[in-house]
Parts: sequence; C-alpha cells; structure tokens
Amino acid sequence: MKRFLPLLALLALVISIQLLTQWTGTTYYLTQLTMSGYYAVVIIGLCLLMGYAGQISLGHAGFFAIGGYMSAMLTTRNLISFQNQDWVVLLDKFGLLAARQDLYGEAILAFQPWLAALIAIVLAGTIALIIGIPVLKLKGHYLAMATLGFGIIVYRVFLASEIFGEADGISGVPGFPLLPGVIVTGSFGARVGNYYIAWTLVIVAMVMLINLINSRVGRALRAIHGAEEAANAMGIDTARYKLKTFVLSAVLAAVAGVFLTHYNGGIGPSEAGVMKSVRYVALVAVGGMANLWGALIMGVTLNFLSLRGFFGSYDDAVFGAILIVIMLFAPEGLLRLNLAAKLKKLFSGGSRK
Amino acid sequence: MAALQYVTWQLPMTSELFLQYIFAGLTYGIIYAIVAIGFNIIYNTTGIINFAQGEFVMLGGMIAISLNPLMPLPLAIVLAVLITMMVGALIEIVFIRWLDKPSVLRLIIITIGISILIREAALHIWGEGIRSLPYFIGNEVSSVSILGTRISPQVLWVMGVCTVMVILLSLFFRYTLMGQKMQACAANRTAATLCGINTRNMVTLSFMLSAGIGALAGCVMSPITYTQYDGGTGLAIKGFTVAIMGGLGNSMGAVAAGLLLGLLEAFSVSVLPLAFQDAISISILLVILFVRPHGLFGRRDTAALKEF
Repeated sequence: MKRFLPLLALLALVISIQLLTQWTGTTYYLTQLTMSGYYAVVIIGLCLLMGYAGQISLGHAGFFAIGGYMSAMLTTRNLISFQNQDWVVLLDKFGLLAARQDLYGEAILAFQPWLAALIAIVLAGTIALIIGIPVLKLKGHYLAMATLGFGIIVYRVFLASEIFGEADGISGVPGFPLLPGVIVTGSFGARVGNYYIAWTLVIVAMVMLINLINSRVGRALRAIHGAEEAANAMGIDTARYKLKTFVLSAVLAAVAGVFLTHYNGGIGPSEAGVMKSVRYVALVAVGGMANLWGALIMGVTLNFLSLRGFFGSYDDAVFGAILIVIMLFAPEGLLRLNLAAKLKKLFSGGSRK
Repeated sequence: MAALQYVTWQLPMTSELFLQYIFAGLTYGIIYAIVAIGFNIIYNTTGIINFAQGEFVMLGGMIAISLNPLMPLPLAIVLAVLITMMVGALIEIVFIRWLDKPSVLRLIIITIGISILIREAALHIWGEGIRSLPYFIGNEVSSVSILGTRISPQVLWVMGVCTVMVILLSLFFRYTLMGQKMQACAANRTAATLCGINTRNMVTLSFMLSAGIGALAGCVMSPITYTQYDGGTGLAIKGFTVAIMGGLGNSMGAVAAGLLLGLLEAFSVSVLPLAFQDAISISILLVILFVRPHGLFGRRDTAALKEF
C-alpha cells in the first residue's frame, strides 16, 4: 500500500487547497486548477508513453482534440430539422438524444453527452490503434516526425471542416451530467464541484497508471525502454505493449478533451495545434520522463501559471526555453536533479562506482 | 501559397493552365528540395534531424526584409545569409557542441525547443504581419512568356538560384578539401578524427552551411510566397517529407523528390480544397515512412551508406 500514500497526500492537498481558497476568498483560482487538472491527465498519459515505453509522441494534442471536438460536435449539432426521419426517431426512442433550449430559446435536439463522450473516446482510441500499428514500428526522428505529421493532419482537418466550425471552433457545448446532480460545466455556481470532478479524474488516472507501472506490464515497458531488442529476446511482445500504451495514453488524452470541452463550453482549433503537443512533451520532460508524480506536479504548476497569464505574451517561448534548458542540463527532469542521489553516491564512498 | 492562388478551378484543363501548374509545382518543389538538402547536410555530419531547419528559411527572409530599406537588395540578401549562417553556427556552439553522446530523443527535443525560441523571437521582433521582399525584377504584374504561358520572372529567379545552389553544393562536396573533410566526417567520424580532421568544427560548418542555403532560399522565395514568423514549421515538414522521399542523406534524391512533391501539391489543388494541401503532403510522408522508410529511390541495403 506504500505506493498509494502519496495519493492520499494528493487527496488531502486537493481538499485543503479548496478550503484555503474558500477561506481566503480566492475561489477564482479553482477555475485554472480545474483546467490544469484536465491537462494533467493528458500529461501523465503521455508520461506513460514517453517515460516508460520510451516512445515520443508529438501528436497528443490531436487525440485531445478528437475527444473534445467529437463530443462538442455531437452535443451541439441540432437534429431538430431531421426529427421526423427514422434514424432520429429511433435514436430518440432509445433515449440517446437530449432536447434542450439554447440561449435564445430555440429548441435543440442533439446527442446525449454520455453517448457523445463515448463515441468521441472510442473514436480516439480506434484512431490511435490504426495509426499506432504502423507508427510505432518507427524509431527516433521518424517516430517524432510521423506523430507530428499526424497532429498536423488532425489540426488541418478541424480547421478546414465546416462541421467543426473552422477557425472559430465549436461553442455552446452543454454541461455533461455525469451523475444526477454532478454536472461538468463551467457555470459559476458549479465551480467547486467541478474542481472536485477534475481532480477525481486525475486521482483515478493516477491510481490506474501507478498500478500499471508496478505490474508485469510496467516492468515490460521499462525493459522496452531500456533495450527493445533485449526485451524482445526475453519474450516480451514489444510491439503489442507499445501499441497498448499508445492507445491508453490517447484514450486518456481524449477523456481529458471531452471533460475540458464540456467544462469550457467549447473548443477551438488551437487545442489541436502543434504547440500544444510540444507543450505536453515539455511538461513530461520537465517532470523527469519516467516519473508520473514529476509529470503531474510540473504539469499542474506550469499549466496553472500559464493559464493565469503569468508568462504573458512569452507563453510559448517559456515552454520552448524550458524544453531546451531541461534537455541540456537535466535530461532526467528537474525533480531528479535532487541532491539525494548525489549525496548517497558521496557517502557510499569510492568502493562502488 | 500565394503563387497558386491565381490557379482557379477551371476545368477542363487547358494546356496553358497545365503549364501554370507545372511551374507552380516546380517552384515550390525546388524550395522543398533546398530545405531537404539543409536537413541532409546536418544529418550527414551529425545524425541529427534539425527541427529548426524551416526557421532558417524564415529568418533569412525576415532579415533581408529588414535590411532592404537600408541598402541595395543584393547586399541585403548577402548580409541576411551571412547573419543566418552566424545564427546557425551559434546554435550549434551553444546547444549542441558540448553535449556528450546525447540520445536521439534529447536532440529532437532540443532542436524543437530551438525552433520555438527562434519563432517566438521573430514574433516579438517582426510581429504577426506578413512581409515580403520586393520583386527582384519588375513587380507583381510583370511576367515573361514561356512556352505560351506567362509566369512571373521571380519564379525564374527561384528556380535559377536554387538550381545553382544545388550544383555548387555538389561541386563543393566533391572537389574542395573542406567538402571532402565533411564527407569523411559523415562516412566515419572516428576515422575522420584519426585523419586529423576536427570533426566538431565540421559539425559547426554543417549548421552554417544549411542555415545559409535555407536563408538564401528564404530570400528568393519571399516576393512570391511571403514571409511570416511562423512560416518555418510548414516548410520543415515539407522539407522533411522530401528528405525522406529522396532517402535521408541523399541530396540528388531530395531534388527529384522535391520536384515530385511540388508537382503533386500543385495538381492536388485542382481536385481538393487548398486547405487540405498540407494534409496531402503529410499523408505522403506517413505512407512513405510506413512503406519505404529508406526513400523512393534508395535501396534498403544502401540506405545505411550516406551520400551527399
């Protein structure tokens, strides 16, 4: 159980931050903390792929955007003009459609958020599976360029498609009722509740990933990262493990995309942009590659600062600089730069090298 | 994509329109080839794919545009190329040179970081606006008649300068001592060191050289394609596609592949919306990576042998 102690600490931290903001009257921080939480889900998923399986992906914003855009499109596309057609009637009969009114009182008939989210996530997973089979055979530069290319194609498609709102993106996305009374929405009154929804998702994802990396699968992944040929020779089906990890991290990105889109009430093409993908990679790198906690802590901190506008117009430049500095001076990550290891080395004397 | 905008959806295709497509395709194609050769030069000496390659092209154009009001155009271009070469050398010295056997992943991330920094610096220096150099001869409406179709003289400048660059580069690598040293460094770094070649300096030189040719291409293409702070990324992807198509490290292959991709793109405009043009070349990249990662022209067993 020892490995879950930090999770309890995280839970305590999440609750105490909420109470602290309540107490000091700064609950507006919770909005950015909620968003950072969702981004953190993408980052820890990517951390599994990059740090543990050793496969770079410069296209993860693409999976995030597929989740967000599909969910947004399905829940906002008005089917009212098709309401007499057989397929719409059939969908409605099974309770898969939700009727509501928009801001101007116009009747809207669209997919249930649950169904939309499911379709979005399954689609992202399927695309990851199809893309992953050929892509993960590549290594090094080729892998980086192929995933970058995938990300750009996704970006271009969303930017050029009328159904996805072209450069404006999609707005007016309704709330996502997870459970009765638990709704993912950006409305003012639901701020505290949504903060807890986001961080519950983060903790669930962390539990899942921590279990995974401490299992047989995790050891296999580390073997792949260390030396793929050797892992193969040991009887590890490397291709299969890499693919599963890729799909899992894509699904996590898509889930985060779905939630954040409902929370923000919309999504724009910049969410699919190359800079976003690079930013996720940067945050994993700062966290220390094979370090879920590092990725989580650095991801939340830097995203929070960025969302608060702390870096001003130098936002992208800051992440570029972070990438370079970390990779030049601390390729093991900022948190691994700690002196503990070096001190240990010092005290163990020269007997062991 | 400015040069392609006058190409409208006229069907059936007349022979004149056909030629327009050809010229547009060749113009972009030769530019892609130059970017690809820039990739190749650095890849051959270091094994690095420099993700900031496209930024050199943007930087060359931008610096020349800024210098142009102060001095005659040819001088502005020469200075822009020299400054970009210095930037290239500086990048290598500051970020790459002192790393001890860095992993590929680390180098990828570092060069991506460099490209972001250059782009953001350009954004803060030159703003978001679209700029361009003046036409070298005449202006945007002047044209010359070739094979019964009318094209801008700037198109000829682009093709001419890029062709001369390709020829000079191959002569440089074949016949000058410096070029042969660089080739030796590419073939076997340890052996080159043993022969008394300072391989580290060769790496710096390769960054300067590829920055220089990128900057020159950026200058000649600026009047027709315009220059914007974020123009590098798209070019880098196209250039990389071409470098892979031609077989990584093979510069003659890159020229052929560049022209091929340029033509494919130009003709794709007649069947697909312009917005999907980038998606096409990236799809080509993905397909080639999956099917023939050693390039269209290379053979699998010779892919390991590097050739300028």
